[in-house]
Amino acid sequence: MIFDALIAPFTEFEFMRRALAGVIALALGGAPIGVFLMLRRMSLVGDAMAHAILPGAAIGFLLSGLNLFAMTFGGLIAGFTVALLAGVVARATEIKEDASLAAFYLVSLALGVTIVSMRGTNIDLLHVLFGNILAMDDQTLLVIAFNATLTLLVLAVIWRPLVIECVDPLFLRTVSRAGAPAHLAFLALVVVNLVNGFHALGTLLAVGLMVLPAGIARFWSRDITGMMMIAVASAMLSGYLGLVLSFQTKVPSGPAIILVAAGLYVVSVLFGSVSGLVRQLFPGRHLEA
Amino acid sequence: MRLRGILVFAVLMLLGAWPARAQVPVPVVASFSILGDFVRNVGGERVAVTTLVGANSDVHVYTPSPADAKKISDAKLLIINGLGLEGWLPRLVQSSGGKAAVVTATAGITPRRLGSEADPHAWQSADNARIYVGNIRDGLIAADPAGADAYRTNASAYLAKLDALDREVQGAVARIPEGRRKVISTHDAFGYFAAATGIAFIAPQGVSTESEPSARDIAAIITQIKAAKIPAVFLENITDPRLMRRIAAETGASIGGTLYSDSLTAENGDAPTYIDLVRHNIKALTSALAN
Repeated sequence: MIFDALIAPFTEFEFMRRALAGVIALALGGAPIGVFLMLRRMSLVGDAMAHAILPGAAIGFLLSGLNLFAMTFGGLIAGFTVALLAGVVARATEIKEDASLAAFYLVSLALGVTIVSMRGTNIDLLHVLFGNILAMDDQTLLVIAFNATLTLLVLAVIWRPLVIECVDPLFLRTVSRAGAPAHLAFLALVVVNLVNGFHALGTLLAVGLMVLPAGIARFWSRDITGMMMIAVASAMLSGYLGLVLSFQTKVPSGPAIILVAAGLYVVSVLFGSVSGLVRQLFPGRHLEA
Repeated sequence: MRLRGILVFAVLMLLGAWPARAQVPVPVVASFSILGDFVRNVGGERVAVTTLVGANSDVHVYTPSPADAKKISDAKLLIINGLGLEGWLPRLVQSSGGKAAVVTATAGITPRRLGSEADPHAWQSADNARIYVGNIRDGLIAADPAGADAYRTNASAYLAKLDALDREVQGAVARIPEGRRKVISTHDAFGYFAAATGIAFIAPQGVSTESEPSARDIAAIITQIKAAKIPAVFLENITDPRLMRRIAAETGASIGGTLYSDSLTAENGDAPTYIDLVRHNIKALTSALAN
């Protein structure tokens, strides 16, 4: 019975196994990025960037249809362009980084929608916006796995400056010049993971598997390593349960995954061991010696 | 000043009295590309046809633009499919404030039912296509009585072509072994075609392209292909091709090329006209199912 509900879909159907492999790779790369986004108060930046990659993907799509590499490459270029332009404008003028990014991503999003609709088909736009985790072919899986591996390797290299910069940027500036390059590398990783996510979940939901697990993790751990572990685990769990949910109930797979993550998030907000609401209302007894 | 006024008046009078030798084409709007092709064939040079949903676009989920409202308000005749295909159209007609006569091309067709709704893809069978042509002919005659003879001649010439096409299709189907007359296609737009030819179409999605398939839908269709030993999987030009490739890879069924259902292709594509579309589809079907 439980086997039928939870395991059988994956033993029986290859597309479910592929979807699961894809979502696990996404979780491995995206969740740690999400934790850093949250610690740097950039969670909404992730969302903005997700919209910003649309025109690049759209141009790739316009030139060569639903071609994996063209769309990935285009998305990467658009994401980097918006990130860099927003950064330059914020540093060179009076405008703040958030306003600058908001302006650029909106321009980018509008351009993307315009470009896709120039092709004349609305249904294609839906594929770009919503992706399809059930249609993982070898190429897509390899690209997602490659990007996840790359993300973990680069994170390992820039881990130290990145963590210190989250906690005490001034201190980092006095002891090292690694802050700026680490930040840039991190932004690049954000874009890479968003592009990764949009094959499976689409540009609208790609950011969901990054931000929600990080939020969940925050309620269960104060330690950054612990947070990473919990974030990755909850992202994987959401992916798995989301696929099962989609298999058992006819909910489309992408939204199902994000909805499961959202459910876990609500549970964490209520019952989380670190600053969860219930925990705050009933704090338990103080430890006494 | 007064002289100029008289001159303008005289010219206007002259134009008004001019015999309709250089006739201005009747502006006709058709809701989507296949209807547009019918109108072009029946109307010939007497009509100027514009289509709202152009080639390669999905008429189910179309979003009208202000330019479409303008086309409708300028038109003398608006030809729609009906049977619920153009759900977005009634509001557009109202808001455009046009005075065009509306012709429903499916009038007189007994619709097949899909669930509780009528299946709008009636143009896929030869018998219905004849009714479409008849309705369009009558609508054009009502809107432009001066051209009645031309419309009748064009329509009967086109009907003869459709008859020949129908014989071609039936002959091709007869050559497919009976046990192999079943395919899977992304979109069950072929209900009328299936009823007319005896080829079973099994679709992984609902009647409309509006819903996104869930994991359960895909699993069901894979099980179905394996159980019924369906020999071929067909892509359509408007729904997710990646998903079809995945299903084909998982079941071992062959991918049978593209079938065109709701829209013609651009001029240089496989199916720029209705006749080309039917011919292309039957060729794709026979070559995938024959061996």
